Amino acid sequence: MITYLSNNGDTVLAALRQHIVLALLPVLIGFLVALPAGYLGVRYPWLYHPLINTCGVLYSIPSLALFVFLPVILGTKILSPLNIVVALTVYTVALLTRTVADGLRSVDELVVQSATAMGYRRFRRLVDVQLPVALPVILAGLRVATVANISLVSVGALIGVGGLGQLFTRGFQLFYIQPILVGIILSVLLAAVADLAIVLIQRAVTPWTRFQTGERGPA
Amino acid sequence: MITFDEVVKVYPGSTAVDHLSLELPTGKTTVLVGPSGCGKTTSLRMINRMVGPTSGRVLIDGRDVAGQDEALLRRGIGYVIQHAGLFPHRTVLDNVATVPMLLGSSRRERRAAALELLERVGLSAEFAERYPAQLSGGQQQRVGVARALAADPPIMLMDEPFSAVDPIVREGLHREFLRLQKDLGKTIVMVTHDIDEAIKLGDLVAILRQGGHLAQFGTPRELLEHPVDEFVAEFVGRDRGLRSLSFDAADDLPVRPVTEAVGAGLVLDEAGRPTGWQTAAGLEATGGTFRTGDSLRLVIDLAIGSPAGIAVRVGPDGAADGIVHHHDLVDHLAARRGRRAAEPSA
Repeated sequence: MITYLSNNGDTVLAALRQHIVLALLPVLIGFLVALPAGYLGVRYPWLYHPLINTCGVLYSIPSLALFVFLPVILGTKILSPLNIVVALTVYTVALLTRTVADGLRSVDELVVQSATAMGYRRFRRLVDVQLPVALPVILAGLRVATVANISLVSVGALIGVGGLGQLFTRGFQLFYIQPILVGIILSVLLAAVADLAIVLIQRAVTPWTRFQTGERGPA
Repeated sequence: MITFDEVVKVYPGSTAVDHLSLELPTGKTTVLVGPSGCGKTTSLRMINRMVGPTSGRVLIDGRDVAGQDEALLRRGIGYVIQHAGLFPHRTVLDNVATVPMLLGSSRRERRAAALELLERVGLSAEFAERYPAQLSGGQQQRVGVARALAADPPIMLMDEPFSAVDPIVREGLHREFLRLQKDLGKTIVMVTHDIDEAIKLGDLVAILRQGGHLAQFGTPRELLEHPVDEFVAEFVGRDRGLRSLSFDAADDLPVRPVTEAVGAGLVLDEAGRPTGWQTAAGLEATGGTFRTGDSLRLVIDLAIGSPAGIAVRVGPDGAADGIVHHHDLVDHLAARRGRRAAEPSA
């Protein structure tokens, strides 16, 4: 495997770089779309169920089918990385919209009321109180979306763009185990590192959650 | 002054508040009390526009709240909510400093002020950097009160502020509330379902009945001594006669010299402080003493509780300086009844 890596270092590195971009760019875009979408589902309660159901349907579309059909809908070339980005963004939005909505709904109504009573206006209350308190739920969803995206990118190799997935297809074509092993190890590592990074971010930005189920002092 | 002028709030299928007219005086604590569904919380929330009236007006110092900017109005009115409603993601200090932050005061300024307030509500500086989840219910409620006071608003609204804590903690919070209010003199509107709390804490009490009707509005003493109807009489409770004795100071009671009690078995230490009663069964604890300014009710309670039928008064140094005998109490109550019969009723 060492020999394979030293002979094909550039290829592997390029595949890894592409994998990271293809997986994480949709997380970023998806998060930015899901934030307002999820908020609308909470702000207008009648919208919640239609929104959640739509997300459920979107998420159930098989990824390969989406990769193949997107060029038809978007008018892109079949080999364009844009197809993968758009497809994974769709999945991320589907996953995170629900997460954001449920996170905001998990915020204690008394906390929202007391924020209102103290003179918060709607937007600042969302940014200063509701979103921070919903953050643990939202970040948990973000972890799922990130890891799912990292594994889904490989499927894109079947239509020619797939980051580390291309190492799998190459291995299969050449009946050669080394690139497949390298691909598997690197994508698992990538998922683990991304997951850990989010956990560390969560610890840093929500220090208060450590006490949520902790012991209470005497009255 | 807060004025309710013919205020009506109708929800689909029910009337929460029905033509409520009330004047809540500046610098006093007014308690809205009644059974659930009497519209007391709805009425409270109309003061800071959390709820808008269907018709009628709510005025603060003559200005209709309906015409004022919601957020700015609320920043000028303290609000204490049931269970405190603290922000779980902010430290105690930052929770307290919330309204000053919204008003734009500097970080240093507002944190210094918040620290002072924490002390004021009986929490030491060590709590400042904790999160609400690290506090007990009673401590959270104190932080809630400090947070409402942070911008020094002239008006405080309190929605069942002490209902979520156990009776012993509540007792302590009541005492501190009365002490704080004596210092601060805020215009306070409090909602509770507990008539005893209302009578203890309120300068004025408005009793509301189901459907948002005002049953009676007056001082606790008026409510106890002259309830306008069956509903109010029932609501203030059966032992209202005894409880109304809480409003009479015991100062004009005939006080006898301590030596008479010593003959009846009172044991004093070298400094003259009462330590107990000598009875056939041995030394029995005094069960409490009273001071000048305490209520007639307390003195009667002590006399009933003591084995000799004697309530012991102590001076500032804790030494016994007089006693009240239960025979004298009976005469005093008879004289009190005679005086009250001569007064015109309120």
